[in-house]
Amino acid sequence: MNAEVRSMKTTAEQALAEAFAAARATLPGDSRVLALREAAFGQFDALGLPHRRIEEWKYTDLRALMREARPIAGAPDAAAKARAAKAGALAGDIDARRVVFVDGTFVPELSDLGDLSAGLTIRSMAQALAGGDLLLAAHLGQVLPPEREGVVALNTALMRDGALIHVARGATLERPIHLVFAATGSKPASVFTRSLVVIEQGARAMLVESHDAAGAHQVNNAIEIAVGDEAHVDHIKIVDGPDDLLHVSTLMAAIGARARFNDFSFNIGGGVVRNQLFVRFDGEGTLAGIRGASLLKGKQHVDTTLVADHKAGGCQSREVFACVLDGESRGVFQGKIIVRPHAQQTDAKMMTRALLLSNEAEADNKPELEIFADDVQCGHGATSGALDQDIKFYLMARGIPEPEAEALLVQAFVGEAIEGIEHAGLRDALIGEVVAWLQARSGG
Amino acid sequence: MTTQRKTEGTNEVPMLEVRNLHVNLDGREILKGLDLAVNKGEVHAIMGPNGSGKSTLAYVMAGKPGYEATEGQILLDGENLLDMEPDQRAAKGLFLAFQYPLEIPGVATMTFLRTALNAQRKARGQGEMSTPEFLKLVRETAGKLEIDQDMLRRGVNVGFSGGEKKRNEILQMALLQPRLAVLDETDSGLDIDALKIVADGVNRLRSPERAMVVITHYQRLLNHIVPDVVHVLSRGRIVKTGGKELAFELEAKGYAEFQDEAALTP
Repeated sequence: MNAEVRSMKTTAEQALAEAFAAARATLPGDSRVLALREAAFGQFDALGLPHRRIEEWKYTDLRALMREARPIAGAPDAAAKARAAKAGALAGDIDARRVVFVDGTFVPELSDLGDLSAGLTIRSMAQALAGGDLLLAAHLGQVLPPEREGVVALNTALMRDGALIHVARGATLERPIHLVFAATGSKPASVFTRSLVVIEQGARAMLVESHDAAGAHQVNNAIEIAVGDEAHVDHIKIVDGPDDLLHVSTLMAAIGARARFNDFSFNIGGGVVRNQLFVRFDGEGTLAGIRGASLLKGKQHVDTTLVADHKAGGCQSREVFACVLDGESRGVFQGKIIVRPHAQQTDAKMMTRALLLSNEAEADNKPELEIFADDVQCGHGATSGALDQDIKFYLMARGIPEPEAEALLVQAFVGEAIEGIEHAGLRDALIGEVVAWLQARSGG
Repeated sequence: MTTQRKTEGTNEVPMLEVRNLHVNLDGREILKGLDLAVNKGEVHAIMGPNGSGKSTLAYVMAGKPGYEATEGQILLDGENLLDMEPDQRAAKGLFLAFQYPLEIPGVATMTFLRTALNAQRKARGQGEMSTPEFLKLVRETAGKLEIDQDMLRRGVNVGFSGGEKKRNEILQMALLQPRLAVLDETDSGLDIDALKIVADGVNRLRSPERAMVVITHYQRLLNHIVPDVVHVLSRGRIVKTGGKELAFELEAKGYAEFQDEAALTP
């Protein structure tokens, strides 16, 4: 049986097994961390790369899309660091504390860790793994997705660096933290970043994650966020990169009681992007907005997979996702709202909309509700379609040329989701990116 | 360039000249050789029964997709509109006030107005209007039409009443200052107060340099916007032309006579 399974391994799976065997001794962490890595790799090894016969990966067959595994990225050279200097520009010129990772390694000279406000701790994950860290020991791997999640297991096995952030009870961060991830090495490589963010009770923080890449890299990024009771957290993630970039990202958030959690995913680049969001409501009375917008062209494949798991009652969640598809792109949205048996008074509404600008584009929307409580308000809606020709004619009849008319309507379409971002500067920056995308589309 | 015919009794070249216009919609011929000439400064009313082709005329002039002109021309200042995209027609000075203005969620009325105005200016080789100048112009014009500022911040026509939508059409017309305005059933769905506001708005725009084509089923609107010429459209053609008194005649007698007339002259 074992022999059979092994014989079915793909080239990429074999390469990953070899890479793990070669790297395990040099990856950061003591024997406990190594044990965690070994267990995680064992889990991945048993599952293999996710493929279309696994329901959650039905539309994004990673086994088929990832023909080979790139070698694991080494420490970034000067050229890669120089190329990373401009990374994160999509977030606009917001006043944020930049913490920069190039090819999966923390780069202190590009980061701003000086003058940390009271209650804020930021460390490199690699240092924390290597040197031991109480926070890490208490929290790492505590906010995990549902079982059988191979890419997260692979991330745990091969994680090299990332951010370890702690915001103390009651602390308010005036400036957002901007985690800048740049895959800018000259040779295609695989990058495994892992971050852990712990926001204690009543604290207030905003976290921006931006992912830029140059070259045919394979990025596997994961972040765990623990949000304490009454805390207020904004998390915005931006993904950009070339057409040969493979980017798999997983957010795992556990939210306490009476908290506020505002999440936004913005995808504007990358060849194959899988954006996974697992949000768990552990305490009552929390308000959460989980939103996103994706703009796809060419042959891009962008998959947003969301699970909002209401374990505690009395929480309100709003999920709004918009996807604009041009060219031969393919957009996938899978959204599941789970309401556990005792999570009464849950109020969850999910809306996903796809706008097809080309006849060759494809949108797959799969909203699901799994409700085990009887006193809840839950709903979902999904639409997909082309631009309304009558409305376009109305705009053109007022003198607005066709490309501008379409741009105005596309902006309005994604605007509904983007409006959910509380930070005005970031909101404007992303709207600016939408405008630039539209201008590039119409060749202007 | 096409030759320009002069209208009877004047030495003017008509601003708008529709010649032998045939239009198909979904494979069915709706306009069957329509002729119309409108001089600058004039207001022409086009009246006719339901299904006579009034809205088709409005839409084909503005260039709505699906309205296929199989024959004929629509000349605005001697240029054939049928050769142009809808936005080019607007930049040339054509404005269609829609019978059913569309709602555009997510596009604020202000953004819409500004984009339209600047697009037309750009097409005509003019610079963009400055923000203070634009805001002042919109405020003044909207005020006269009793459109409050809050409406301008909302999505175009989203949640507007029927009357508000029509007033918004006239606001657009007032800002865009067209050479030729086509008003398609602008009175439909308006109560008498709203009708008066809209008609006053239209009358303020009457000018020796501008022409208007007012399409209506009922004579009521023409009490407020008094036309120079009234045409009767029936079964795809203009079947009678007269002065404003023709509208009263139609109101009294209905369209039956013209439907018969058209039927007799296929």
